[in-house]
Amino acid sequence: MRIKSLVNIVDYDRDDIYRIIKSASKFKQNPDRDLLQGKVCATLFFEPSTRTRLSFETAVNRLRGRIIGFSDSATSSSTKGESLKDTIMMVSNYADLIIMRHHLEGSARYASEISPIPIINAGDGSNQHPTQTMLDLFTIHETQGRLENLTITIVGDLKYGRAVHSLIQGLSHFNPSFNFVAPEELGIPDKYKTFCDNKKITYKEFTEFDPEAISRADILYMTRVQKERFTDLMEYEKVKNVYILRNRMLEDSKENLKVLHPLPRVKEIDQDVDENPKAYYFEQAKNGMYTRQAIICDLMEIEDDMSM
Amino acid sequence: MGKELQVAALENGTAIDHIPSGAVFKVVSLLQLQKLNNRITIGNNLKSSKMGSKGIIKVADKFFREDELNRIALVAPNVNLNIIRNFEVVEKKKVVLPDEIVEIVKCNNPKCITNNEPMKTRFHVTDKEKVELQCHYCEIKIKKEEVVLL
Repeated sequence: MRIKSLVNIVDYDRDDIYRIIKSASKFKQNPDRDLLQGKVCATLFFEPSTRTRLSFETAVNRLRGRIIGFSDSATSSSTKGESLKDTIMMVSNYADLIIMRHHLEGSARYASEISPIPIINAGDGSNQHPTQTMLDLFTIHETQGRLENLTITIVGDLKYGRAVHSLIQGLSHFNPSFNFVAPEELGIPDKYKTFCDNKKITYKEFTEFDPEAISRADILYMTRVQKERFTDLMEYEKVKNVYILRNRMLEDSKENLKVLHPLPRVKEIDQDVDENPKAYYFEQAKNGMYTRQAIICDLMEIEDDMSM
Repeated sequence: MGKELQVAALENGTAIDHIPSGAVFKVVSLLQLQKLNNRITIGNNLKSSKMGSKGIIKVADKFFREDELNRIALVAPNVNLNIIRNFEVVEKKKVVLPDEIVEIVKCNNPKCITNNEPMKTRFHVTDKEKVELQCHYCEIKIKKEEVVLL
């Protein structure tokens, strides 16, 4: 059953994921269409996020849709104490779709329950960011030719990484095998290990950036280890350079390996990796726009007219 | 004197027995007994051969809905419910934790939308035995000892 709003990657089942991937690849071939002609999309960014907002707004613009909204709650009616519900109800009078980012967890889920128009969650606090996962899945599929039976190595902040948790859930339909590489303080939470165990998904944990975790991987997903996440700063000092990817570390990697990162990247991928053809993180970010076009049209039940 | 505290037998109503002593007033709160005008008897720290110490609540002329009674499972899953008519126990029941709990439990996440917006809380019961709840909105999990009633 097609969902009305996208709040969490688990709202999509296997078939939905494949449908969006197929649609996104068509948009990648031709992103400039007039499928959203006459439609108004609201981007309500209560919490600023230039990168995600611009990706969504470009997605709508290139499909000839119009955009209304705000990029910071300081410029919205929330400063007058208006409830989220009232804001959503008000905007739904004007727009055909709401794309929202909010600092409070669960805000998108609540909005989707009260809104008469579809909601896309562009990030609710530290909870979910499903369009990031969808673009990650699209990119993985694009580079590997499939989603099934892949070995995915995820490195960095596995405890707080929203993109990481969501990626694990998104990939769970496809029989993956995970390598989790993280400092002990930022290891994968029990909640997600239990999730994998329940789905019979195999995984291995490393605290060292072990060459084995790279040599066997199809995808190397890097994330940033943030200093502010550490309660023990001495621990941070010990590990801050351990989870950095350098070009020579990719020498024994598989030919099909691609390096991904949800961006922005700081030190965790060395600049010397950028020239390596396996570095795919910028293309991954670009794929965000096509994936969002696919998601928007899917939720608004707009069939694309391009035959392939 | 009987071995139990002298509490008037109910002609008609609901009796809740074998409440752990620490949970009695939470049960009072869950059933919103403070809003009722019915005759209510609350006993606590009574001797119990089964539990050592227990509480009981008797509410005259009041029959609760099943979903109201099942809320008790959050704080006291092993109570005995006796439905009384004409001084006779016509029905004995146990409480069962429902799959979903609306409005009664607070979310412990200060960054959850439910703590920042006029709306009802909603929790899924992810483990009935251990009484573990998950917030429908922010998705955090709450263990039995962390449950805070609204």
